[in-house]
Amino acid sequence: MVLQASAFYVLAAVTLLAGLAVIFARNPVHSVLFLITAFFSSAGLFVMLGAEFLAMILVVVYVGAVAVLFLFVVMMLDVDFAELRQGFARYLPLGIVVAMILTGEMVLVAASVAHSGAAGASTGPMTHVGAFSNAEAIGRVLYTDYLYFFQTAGMVLLVAMIGAIVLTLKHKAHARRQNVADQTARTPQSGMRIVTIKSGEGIDA
Amino acid sequence: MTIGLTHYLTVAAILFTIGVLGIFVNRKNVIVILMSIELILLAVNINLVAFSVFLHDVVGQIYAMFVLTVAAAEAAVGLAILVTFFRWRGDIAVDDASVMKG
Repeated sequence: MVLQASAFYVLAAVTLLAGLAVIFARNPVHSVLFLITAFFSSAGLFVMLGAEFLAMILVVVYVGAVAVLFLFVVMMLDVDFAELRQGFARYLPLGIVVAMILTGEMVLVAASVAHSGAAGASTGPMTHVGAFSNAEAIGRVLYTDYLYFFQTAGMVLLVAMIGAIVLTLKHKAHARRQNVADQTARTPQSGMRIVTIKSGEGIDA
Repeated sequence: MTIGLTHYLTVAAILFTIGVLGIFVNRKNVIVILMSIELILLAVNINLVAFSVFLHDVVGQIYAMFVLTVAAAEAAVGLAILVTFFRWRGDIAVDDASVMKG
């Protein structure tokens, strides 16, 4: 039990410190790396809760795809990030006051909710549903009760992919593109010519 | 020493606030704003998973999966808009972006 508690506190502290570092880092590349740290340690929190499937999804999807996407964009854009930090100190005091109020209120609500109603009657975290593992339980509910929602999530991803491609695709005038009609219309006569070259001379193409 | 629901909800609340604070203090830097939004959604996911586990109902985790999907789509489209904006303006200072008079 002590081991579990200390693991929780270490993971929670790493998550929160990495979250703070994301917003306070001077270099956005460092921000992305701290974001990866935050995702990774909250995946550890998910494992502690018994939600292994979501923990793995978090590592694969977030660390593997989204964070790398951020990293690509940060490195691709040639931006003066020092200039973008102007006004940082100006909004900091007010921001911290608002953040303190928000945290205090949410912790109060969380503490009261966690000890009343269904949550208060909870006998503790569930590690598995009946005889099923976590992934199996999710699959059983997801593919029966939530099938349409699952399909809709796929559509959302498809639309996002098409949208991202449409937004960033740029047709350059000088770029060489494939012309299928020209390729299939090619004949031996148009595609090659036979040149007789005298010895010791070159040819002008 | 038992780690209960309150502990997880507190972590999620603090992480959520860190995300909101990140949007406050990095008003010009849209990349960090997008990362702050990811932090907020992560906090929401921690809440959903914690409640799901302590209420013995797996639906919360399915909902967290959908939140994850939407967050990934949002990051992709947001970064695509950012790249287009950078090509057009040459920088990413979003407080100057007022063409649409919004």
